[in-house]
Amino acid sequence: MKFRPHAMETAGALMVLSLAVVAIMAPWLAPYDPTRAVANTFGDPAAPSRMYPLGTDQLGRDVLSRIIYGARISLTVGVAAMAVTMTIGVTIGLSAGFFGGAIDFVLMRFTDVMLTLPALLLAMAFVAVLRPSILSILLVIGLVSWTQIARVVRAEALSMTQRDFVMAARALGAPSSRLIMRHVMPNVMPIIVVMAVLGTSGTLLLDAGLSFLTLGVPPPTPSWGRMIEEATTYFRVAPWLAIFPGLAIFYAVLGFNLLGYGFLRRRGRAGSAT
Amino acid sequence: MLAYVIRRIVFGVAVLIGTSLITFIIAFVIPADPAVAVAGAKADPATLAAIRVELGLDRPLYFQYARYVDRAVHGDLGRSYIRREEVAGLIVSRFPATAILALAAMALSLALGIPMGMLAAAYRERAPDNILLVFALGLVSIPVFWLGTILLIVGGLYLRWFPLGGFDGWNSLILPTITLALGSAGYYSRILQTNLADAMDQEYVRTARGKGLSRRAAMFKHAMANAMLPLVTLAGLDFAGLLSGVVLTETVFNWPGLGRLAFEAVFNLDIPLVMGTVLFSAALVVIANLIVDLLCAWLDPRIRLGQQT
Repeated sequence: MKFRPHAMETAGALMVLSLAVVAIMAPWLAPYDPTRAVANTFGDPAAPSRMYPLGTDQLGRDVLSRIIYGARISLTVGVAAMAVTMTIGVTIGLSAGFFGGAIDFVLMRFTDVMLTLPALLLAMAFVAVLRPSILSILLVIGLVSWTQIARVVRAEALSMTQRDFVMAARALGAPSSRLIMRHVMPNVMPIIVVMAVLGTSGTLLLDAGLSFLTLGVPPPTPSWGRMIEEATTYFRVAPWLAIFPGLAIFYAVLGFNLLGYGFLRRRGRAGSAT
Repeated sequence: MLAYVIRRIVFGVAVLIGTSLITFIIAFVIPADPAVAVAGAKADPATLAAIRVELGLDRPLYFQYARYVDRAVHGDLGRSYIRREEVAGLIVSRFPATAILALAAMALSLALGIPMGMLAAAYRERAPDNILLVFALGLVSIPVFWLGTILLIVGGLYLRWFPLGGFDGWNSLILPTITLALGSAGYYSRILQTNLADAMDQEYVRTARGKGLSRRAAMFKHAMANAMLPLVTLAGLDFAGLLSGVVLTETVFNWPGLGRLAFEAVFNLDIPLVMGTVLFSAALVVIANLIVDLLCAWLDPRIRLGQQT
């Protein structure tokens, strides 16, 4: 089997791109209104048919339309939560790696503590005391998933501060802020971008998990995780309700993973960022 | 060795103090009225007043925290106001089911992940490696709760080989274990592949090859020993991730463990129970990491003799 080095990256990029298109074009692509009953189901989910390709749910809403609109909320939460994650992780990692000493010690021990807490459980604990809303969900996801990024960025920043060009700039009297923004940051950027892509697969899964536990974005907003949770009530009579939203989550997460790992692999450093 | 062990134990205790601070902040600092958070929105004024006194909410925060830690150390994690039982007792009664599931999943994920990683490393950057990489990425990309639901539909509903959830007999352990293990298996296989590939580039492997050992023999006899160590460490760290998966898996399979207890607690806004399960999970992760650290020290003299790698 011939395997071109770009194949994984390209496949991942196309998958992510297609999702973005579906999310943006949702009103034009979805055959029906995702929040309104369009079929007379009398409380029973309807099997896939010509009119409703993926069937309808117990309230007579079109599953395909809900999945298409679900891409909007899932991608928005996934990407926005990743932005929160990156902001926290990069700030902590850069500070720890660049300043070293006591700052490094305190920040990394804090990271160790956060690594000990299961992300989903911690997110659940936050959700229990906050009210679930889109904003609180993405803040919570960001708060529990920055540890890996902080560690990788710290290691990169640490190795940068030892480099000649950084030392030279420091010797010329450049202040810390300038050293970080002009010399360390640009060189750490590639790994940050890869971590952001890989991290999005994590935030997507976490968001889907919270939605499945009914702790995610509140209804009636269509969300893939919540659709599966609602489907579990009907899985004896209507298994398709659970299958299709799950495939959508899988497709999205796999897309980001292929993109990120494909890039790492082409650069010959697969696994260095995990 | 003893100095190393003591260092790791001190570190573990320090981490636990940190986690207790985080759960304390979530339960008592973030909510507008911690008494309402602890007792639930439906509590009457008399109960709320009693709780305020009991928790010392009129005292300064550091005093509240000290009391919180003092009680936790003595096994008192508060009372569940929904179930009207001691949180610690509930956790202890639910722990065995989770322990069985987590250990079974850990074993299965290593049993799948290690051969996959070795196979990938043996065919490094050739077709099997690439196929296994995509396969492993597929495994880590499957939502746990969806996999569980699909397995339940196929194995429980259509094939009728397994019960539709609950915990009765070993037969009911199979589907939840697969659900929980597949993602970690993909993850471990990639870690091992990377470690093995790195180890194969080392001088000692080249020496072994120079002596006339085949590539395969050099990998099994020399590279494996060094590649397994970081995998063991990561499996320990990944234990926290496993416990996240436990919550979803137990919810899907109606498994009477800690994960479902935590979910029900959050669902009922039973704050003492939520914080108790978080703290207990953190303790489990710390213990798992401690065991892993000691295992590594035992396996690798470089660690045990204080030469940090």
